[in-house]
Amino acid sequence: MDPCRDCHAGGVAAPAPLALRRHTVAIVGPPNSGKSTLFNRLTGLRQKVANYPGVTVEQRLGKLQVSRGREVDLIDLPGVYSLQARSEDEQVTRDVLMGNMKGTPRPEAIILVLDSTNLGRHLMLAAPILALGIPTLVVLNMADDLEKRGGLIDTADLAQRLGAPVALASATRGEGLEPIAEFLNGALAIPAPMELPVLNNPPACRAWATQVSGQAYRAPAPPLWTKRLDAIFLHPIMGPLIFAVVVVAVFQTIFTGAVPLMDGVEAVVAGSGQWLKQTLPGSPLRDLLVEGVWGGVGSVMVFLPQILLLFLFIGVLEDSGYLARAAVIADRTMARAGLQGKSFIPLLSAYACAIPAILATRTIESKRDRIATILIAPFMTCSARLPVYTLVIAAFIPERNLIGPFVGTRAAAMLGLYLLGFAAAVFTARVLKSSILRGERTPFVMEMPAYRWPTFRSLGLRLLDRGKVFLRRAGTVILGVAIVLWVLAHVPTKAGKAPEIAESVAGTIGRTVEPLIKPLGFNWKIGIGLITSLAAREVIVGTLGTIYGIESESDAVGLQKALQADLTPGGAVALLVFFAFAMQCMSTIAVVRRETGGWRWPAIQFAYMSSLAYVCAFAANRAVMAWLS
Amino acid sequence: MQLSGKNARLRHAATLIDLRRGERGVLDYFDLPEDVALRLMELGFLPGGVVRAGRSAPGGDPRVFEVDGSEVALRRETASRIRLKSARSASGPE
Ligand SMILES: Nc1nc2c(ncn2[C@@H]2O[C@H](COP(=O)(O)OP(=O)(O)OP(=O)(O)O)[C@@H](O)[C@H]2O)c(=O)[nH]1
Ligand SMILES: [Mg+2]
Repeated sequence: MDPCRDCHAGGVAAPAPLALRRHTVAIVGPPNSGKSTLFNRLTGLRQKVANYPGVTVEQRLGKLQVSRGREVDLIDLPGVYSLQARSEDEQVTRDVLMGNMKGTPRPEAIILVLDSTNLGRHLMLAAPILALGIPTLVVLNMADDLEKRGGLIDTADLAQRLGAPVALASATRGEGLEPIAEFLNGALAIPAPMELPVLNNPPACRAWATQVSGQAYRAPAPPLWTKRLDAIFLHPIMGPLIFAVVVVAVFQTIFTGAVPLMDGVEAVVAGSGQWLKQTLPGSPLRDLLVEGVWGGVGSVMVFLPQILLLFLFIGVLEDSGYLARAAVIADRTMARAGLQGKSFIPLLSAYACAIPAILATRTIESKRDRIATILIAPFMTCSARLPVYTLVIAAFIPERNLIGPFVGTRAAAMLGLYLLGFAAAVFTARVLKSSILRGERTPFVMEMPAYRWPTFRSLGLRLLDRGKVFLRRAGTVILGVAIVLWVLAHVPTKAGKAPEIAESVAGTIGRTVEPLIKPLGFNWKIGIGLITSLAAREVIVGTLGTIYGIESESDAVGLQKALQADLTPGGAVALLVFFAFAMQCMSTIAVVRRETGGWRWPAIQFAYMSSLAYVCAFAANRAVMAWLS
Repeated sequence: MQLSGKNARLRHAATLIDLRRGERGVLDYFDLPEDVALRLMELGFLPGGVVRAGRSAPGGDPRVFEVDGSEVALRRETASRIRLKSARSASGPE
């Protein structure tokens, strides 16, 4: 395979600068070794970084200017333990390295990122990578951690033994990156290792790693804080208790902590809307701006602080390393549903959005488990449901203390809805895994990362990125729907005047679906919202904002008040249940199609979720009405 | 003949689930499909290597094991198919 292996015994081959053209360099390494952190450092991009194995599941290309007129294409790859792929994400890395990935050129050089605090085991991957015969730079990452815990590496000695250049670096701090720049700038050399072990034989690779690192490496002390924290978080009683307290606290904070900020945004939106209305000369355009855009987009904007708060919590969970422990604690529940603890991580990320969660299922080795997890992911309460839940809960549930001043009724109702979604997911997984997706139980094997402090920088960047995503959606989907809806609510004109909204095109559409949704306790206005929310769930809030904006003579009527007049309590509960179960998200359907390779699964999923939503909303409406009468 | 000999050996050999928290054992071999065994070896569960049982989820399943400088969580059903060589030995405080 590699002609150089036999002829060069030891020593580093002379640097051979490649011709001046665009080069592709891949970043390879075991999971959680800091590849994406390094990629972000070098390219200035914002690949997702988090403290658990299996974060990156796709290849990602980034450009990097190494010197004047010389650019390199850098590829960030999913982590691998060897070149034997067992799951979809590992297959991606293998395909890219072998040049089998469509649209991605075969890399001409490799940056191998290893965790310097666990070098013995991580060096095992160096054997198959060096055997590829591609110029390779070995980056020993986490130098800061290594130093703190008293480990030592003689990089020159190691480079000599490996036959490849070695750099000790810290990707988070940006220290020790000069050799990487040099390497990218052309100091490329075909590796000439002394002798490589039989590949695909872990014991042999491990023995080779010990021999190579030999005198050059002194392993650091075990991470003391990780042990201390695990004594608490994995304590048989305290562990689950802390888990529960944290969850409840999160909901209470999202509900009450975000209120002042939300009020602030609301005041700004309402104030500027009023100002526009008074300043601009009266015209249809002004009405479109005030009622359609301000009423529609503005009413969704109010929820930005709440969503950012949610992402702050998710960020702390992911960056600290607690997520992997939560997966261990949750494994039993997952086992009962026929899934494994690894499915728990995609499901948790579905609390943000189902789309990254569906991508994250690539780390699940068993195909059936993977499909099952994809099918249940949209049941998890994504952040797009948050505005809908908040609006309806705030309009219909009075705020009272439930457990002293700590937990209120509204936060409890919200928590209940999250649990409802989770229960539906577990139930569905169970049904799937005992019928069409029945299969052998696959082992749960997961590496526990060391705990790390989440940095302000990484949390701040997460919030910034989420804020941008939210604003982009508000500025595209939600804005577009608001404008189309406003226009449809103003045609056909009668004698040059806009019709009553019920008589307009939008109203007619709403009244056409009304018979279908009446049993759930919804009227035609909610019907319009259900239709527009097919684009994205939170659009219904904007839609109601637009409709009520057109309807109300004065703007004094808030969204909540208008909703109270329009929905019975039964209808309100039914609406919450409907949103908990229905699959109202085009992008999710598209991603499921891509990841499962056809329309079959997304069609089944859509039909199942819609029927479940309809039946359960119907039952909820009936139950509440019977209970109140 | 051969079969019964192997069975007898299986019955007596201790497995990872026999280790209590803090105890160590030396790995012998896997009673698992080859690809699972390979993955476990890549994660540090190498025959002849030392494993130490760590903390677990409530109820003892799954449990975290310390091997070769890292910590790996395994379900009971997997741990019960990883055989240990020598008698287990308790470790001192760390
Ligand atoms: N202390 C320290 N932590 C680091 C360093 N580099 C990365 N990390 C942390 O290590 C964790 C994993 O980083 P990632 O960049 O997501 O790792 P990855 O190799 O891309 O992981 P996968 O995509 O899952 O394969 C994160 O919590 C990082 O903040 C470093 O140099 N020092
Ligand atoms: Mg990554």
